[in-house]
Amino acid sequence: MTPPRPAPQPTDASQPFWDACSRRELRIQRCRKCGLLIHYPRLCCPSDGGDQFDWPQMSGDGKVHSYVVSRRAFHPAFADETPYVIAVIELEEGVRLLSNLVGVETEAVHIGMGVSLVWDETSGPYPLPKFRARAAKAGEGA
Amino acid sequence: MTLHRKAAVTGVGETDYSKASGLSDRALQLQAIEHAIADAGIRRQDIDGVIPSPHGSGFTAEGVSEHLGLRELRFSATLHFGGANGMTAMHTAALAVASGAARHVVVVAGRNGSSGARISQRPQLLQPNFEATREFEAPFGATVPMHFYALMAKRHMHLYGSTSRQFGMVAVTARAHALLNDKALMRSPMSIDDHQASRPLVDPFRLFDCCIESDGAAAYIVSAADAARDTREKPAWILGVSEGHPDSAISVVTRSDMLRTGVGLAAPRAFAMAGVKPKDLSAAMLYDPFTFMVILQLEALGYCEPGEGGPFVESGGIALDGALPTNTHGGLLSQSHSTAGINHLCEAVKQLRGSAGEAQLKTTGPIVVTGNGDFGDGAVAILAAD
Repeated sequence: MTPPRPAPQPTDASQPFWDACSRRELRIQRCRKCGLLIHYPRLCCPSDGGDQFDWPQMSGDGKVHSYVVSRRAFHPAFADETPYVIAVIELEEGVRLLSNLVGVETEAVHIGMGVSLVWDETSGPYPLPKFRARAAKAGEGA
Repeated sequence: MTLHRKAAVTGVGETDYSKASGLSDRALQLQAIEHAIADAGIRRQDIDGVIPSPHGSGFTAEGVSEHLGLRELRFSATLHFGGANGMTAMHTAALAVASGAARHVVVVAGRNGSSGARISQRPQLLQPNFEATREFEAPFGATVPMHFYALMAKRHMHLYGSTSRQFGMVAVTARAHALLNDKALMRSPMSIDDHQASRPLVDPFRLFDCCIESDGAAAYIVSAADAARDTREKPAWILGVSEGHPDSAISVVTRSDMLRTGVGLAAPRAFAMAGVKPKDLSAAMLYDPFTFMVILQLEALGYCEPGEGGPFVESGGIALDGALPTNTHGGLLSQSHSTAGINHLCEAVKQLRGSAGEAQLKTTGPIVVTGNGDFGDGAVAILAAD
């Protein structure tokens, strides 16, 4: 039997992020004082030290900043998924996160490619925000 | 206070490198320390500072002091920068001896990275500096260092057109150097075709883009300038040393520029302190967990312009007879990876003393040594024989 995937262990900083994922909402931490979007979540704003936050919902659109194709699983939970695409996604709101591209041919993936959010609810305690290819918007590039 | 010529490396020591040492990592570390003390020609009791290994079974400064029978430990610091520890420790040790806090600081690192906890699995280990990786990256299958360095390499290929063949030439050159070194683990020749035929693991990396996993330890002694004049071997003077940490110190993903690593941030400070320009270097010992990182560091040090590292390597620039002989011991790729890069420093010191064996360079002006760990923490030191 395939062992479980490494599961997120929310902290006092990140619990609202994962609670939002449970509702299938991609919400990113924002400093109430200066408006900075912060990812990964922190206990204080790295810009002004503020400790009051709201969690605006993201559009779910972004582009590939970098990616790799993992042809081997180095953790047994991913053995059935190879080859899988690990990508750094830059959301159109400006923050980056690490995710997977799903439903794409590995050869078709490229840096600058437009992607949109899709939820993976196949395993683990929280739905995971993943991404699929999206038709390119005019003027979009790396 | 500048650290320029305020400290020197006076002793280096290495255990054998192997796939299965049969010793505990503490025993390996003690063996390396004993070799370094003997090399320096000092007594154990002359050591008054200890920077212990971040890896292995948690051999603390107190533990090292206890085993060495130190009369009085006056200085210790424990660093958590993974593979950068070996050289960030030089910065710390130089500060300690230059300030008078200590006279002889020993730095050690070593582990059973092959027969014990495998080096390739590092982020899966429960270490505090990987908290973001565990929470936000591992659930997506990004579980090993290769995934993160490959993300950096892919970005570099996109921006500058660097190629897998250029990465391959780093591996081929390291192997050619290892063939001259009887302390190196990998002793069979490698061609660029061998590299290109090796198994793709995480595109763009193939098996031969990866360092080896091995067992072993290495240690060195940093001495104050006045103390360095009493040691047995010719000191390797620290002309400049600095460390750097990227603007997200914990994740490749969220830093403003994933290619702007600690080595690049530290390099201008280290070169300015040394009064040396990159083109003045006679050799480079660059931390090489993956082939691409040699190319990135040639650029980060200012030796090559951004994007020119790959073509420089491909044209033979890092070979023994190239413009900047690099990793003349075989590096992490072909000598050993178990000492947080202290094997690179040991090689630099041997080159400066003229005792590097078959790989000995004819000219030994300043040599740069880098450390790089946890996907971007870094340190740069520039050493010279006089």
